[in-house]
Amino acid sequence: MSDIQLPERLEGVEPVRSIRTFASLTYQYTPGRAASRFLKEVERKRLVGQRCPVCKKVYVPPRGSCPTDGVATEEEVELGHTGTIVSFCVVNVPFMANLMEIPYVGALIQLDGSDIPIMHLIQEVPYDEVHMGMRVEAVWVPDGEISHTLESIKYFRPNGEPDAPYDSYKENA
Amino acid sequence: MRDVAIISFAQTKHQRAVSDINEVEMLMPILGEALDGAGVKKDRVDFVCSGSSDYLAGQPFSFVMSLDAFGPWPPISESHVDMDGAWAVYEAWVKMQAGKADIALVYAYGKSSPGDIRKVLSRQLDPYYLGPLWVDPVSLAALQARVGLEAGAFSAEQMAEVAAASRRNAKANPYAQLSGDAEVAALLSEPEFVAPLRKHDCPPISDGAAVVVLAADGAARELSEHPAWIRGFDHRIEPHALGSRDLTTSVSTKQAAAKAGVGDKPVDLAELHAPFTHQELILRDALGLSDGVSINPSGGALCANPMMTAGLIRMGEAANRVTNGEASRAVAHATSGPCLQQNLVCVLEGE
Ligand SMILES: [Zn+2]
Repeated sequence: MSDIQLPERLEGVEPVRSIRTFASLTYQYTPGRAASRFLKEVERKRLVGQRCPVCKKVYVPPRGSCPTDGVATEEEVELGHTGTIVSFCVVNVPFMANLMEIPYVGALIQLDGSDIPIMHLIQEVPYDEVHMGMRVEAVWVPDGEISHTLESIKYFRPNGEPDAPYDSYKENA
Repeated sequence: MRDVAIISFAQTKHQRAVSDINEVEMLMPILGEALDGAGVKKDRVDFVCSGSSDYLAGQPFSFVMSLDAFGPWPPISESHVDMDGAWAVYEAWVKMQAGKADIALVYAYGKSSPGDIRKVLSRQLDPYYLGPLWVDPVSLAALQARVGLEAGAFSAEQMAEVAAASRRNAKANPYAQLSGDAEVAALLSEPEFVAPLRKHDCPPISDGAAVVVLAADGAARELSEHPAWIRGFDHRIEPHALGSRDLTTSVSTKQAAAKAGVGDKPVDLAELHAPFTHQELILRDALGLSDGVSINPSGGALCANPMMTAGLIRMGEAANRVTNGEASRAVAHATSGPCLQQNLVCVLEGE
């Protein structure tokens, strides 16, 4: 700034140091064939993944392709509403406005029958008792409120089963 | 310099709105088609480069997810440009010149349908003066056409002739969105859309994707009987501020053409990325193309204009015609930014 020679009439004028130019754009999101099928099944209170024909891994939510093999996934596989916590974090920052009371736990949950975890909330358990290998079950919103969104699952909670053996989820741990 | 060639090309059938499948589902079939066309499996690809814009999808880092269509495992060498895929070809070409890759795959995709494309594209303008005005690309192209018409650089008749020729050529292109026979007089009797532009002066709004496979030296000779060799390649950019440019001509195209050696030998055909009719006239002039040169035998961007992709398609269309012997020397051009702000020129030759 210092080596710019301002004309006399601008000397002493307060410089503009920043401007804010707001922009808002509206989009229509296309989930695609695979994710549409998944969301339609959520509406029916079912969790359905897709299996890769090459590596046999089951993806959820499916995106229509195996990211490892680059081939289309077509075989549908119904998954359990229970799963295993493969990783978690305790959130102490109130960045979700006041929706959640802190601290709360976000976790990666490998649903039974699938090979990659989904992310969801863990509730109905003190945060310091959550651990890898913990068995959990989905708690759905009331039937009348279920729609084609993963928000149809309110959260996951411990289902009382003994911890899953490490080998059963180590690939995602 | 290493000899690098385009050995395979695939594209989608471009449509106004592809609303049942996502970008990965749109790309997967043509990635397979391009690899099959090159006669290689993905494990022989040394480098993958893509061109796309998150502003189109309205999703940050959407280009990362698009790699799921390729299957980046075991880990691959990969890059992305927030530009037309033609510039991704340039990056791959540089990588190959550096000896870092023998076979490269370049893909580009653009779905304009999720948003209001004219508003979305106004976001590429400078954020201080033009961005806040939300000037859209059709209006900017109209300003450019007006300047050119007033200066006598081209006429409304010539513009309509470009539209008529493009649509006529596109009749032979199964991937085009618009095609058909149109009389110049009939086109000129149409009402103005954004004056002085009529609808036929503007590109269709398109969803689509394209893929090319590049190979260097021995790999190209091993995989292709008739590689389309890249013999000249350059790109240049003009200032962001429209007021500081002469919009009746294209200085950056002229400079890129000179560096790429367009005028060194006769040109048989040119695939020009001219989204607006008057821009084809400006480009023909800037590239110094004579009357005998076949222009946009595919129909060009006036018949299918998937964003971030239409420039890459020009390279693929030109390469196909070199490979099949229709042309022995072809020019492919790509543009980016408002009013032909940035231009890329590539010269392709047979053996
Ligand atoms: Zn797989």
